[in-house]
Amino acid sequence: MTSNHAATSDHAATSDHAVDIDKHVRIYITVFVALMALTIVTVAVSRFHLPVPLAVSVALLVAMIKGSLVACYFMHLISEKKLIYAVLALTAAFFVVLLALPVLTVHDGFWIRG
Amino acid sequence: MDIPYTVEIRRDTGLTNGKIGIWLFLASEVMLFGALFASYILIRTGAPSWPRGDTILNVPLATFNTMVLISSSVTMVMAWASLMRGRFGTFRIYMASTILLGFVFLVVKYFEYSHKFHDGLFPSTNNFLAIYFTLTGLHMLHVMGGMAMNAYFLGPGAKQWKTDPVWFTNRVENSGLFWHFVDLVWIFLFPTLYLL
Repeated sequence: MTSNHAATSDHAATSDHAVDIDKHVRIYITVFVALMALTIVTVAVSRFHLPVPLAVSVALLVAMIKGSLVACYFMHLISEKKLIYAVLALTAAFFVVLLALPVLTVHDGFWIRG
Repeated sequence: MDIPYTVEIRRDTGLTNGKIGIWLFLASEVMLFGALFASYILIRTGAPSWPRGDTILNVPLATFNTMVLISSSVTMVMAWASLMRGRFGTFRIYMASTILLGFVFLVVKYFEYSHKFHDGLFPSTNNFLAIYFTLTGLHMLHVMGGMAMNAYFLGPGAKQWKTDPVWFTNRVENSGLFWHFVDLVWIFLFPTLYLL
């Protein structure tokens, strides 16, 4: 199976694959524990009934940390090829524009009505 | 004719075609959910008042479901790691666990939805519930799609392990990328809808 392994991975072909995968597995377990802990943190913080802007900031910050952990380690983005990064950078740019669209409605969108 | 670059790496992209394909698909999914999140922001900021999610929705159940999905992401990546180690038996256990956890998520969601309907709370009741049912409903469809794909690789698709283990491993990895994306979406949906 060793030959299969070397050819399989787009992202981490090494000479000692078993050791490499073992290292990955240890990281997966660590990330799992971190994600569980952060979920508890999110719920615990919401119990404080913080002012809405602060509550939104904290909740999104924790969600972004959790999302980054999933993307970087479970989806292997931490060691991905440049083309994938390019695709995601473009997606992120359009995503930000999409989320910023509601801002156009500020003051009934006076500045786009002319 | 064989499908090109399922196993060997394309020189120009440095990737298999399947890998670049799934990432392009996920990019479109980001925009799909992004449009709905933008709608949520628009509706919420435009509303004279907005209920806190925890006054209407069941936070303990949703917290449990968050943990279930996170666990399923771990079992999914472990299923792939098992194939990379050449352990097909272990792969089957992890893949079955992933599907089972997806099923648990759907069962919990069924109880949540049933409770809302029983209380006369429908998507047409107010804007909060409209956006709640739309976002969680679409997410649930993705969970079902991911489960169907994983069930295929656990069942009939698993035959490929004997004939072409490398391609099979790559396909499971791509299926995993979709599953992790579904988990990632929930990580943002949970605080947005239930806690704020």
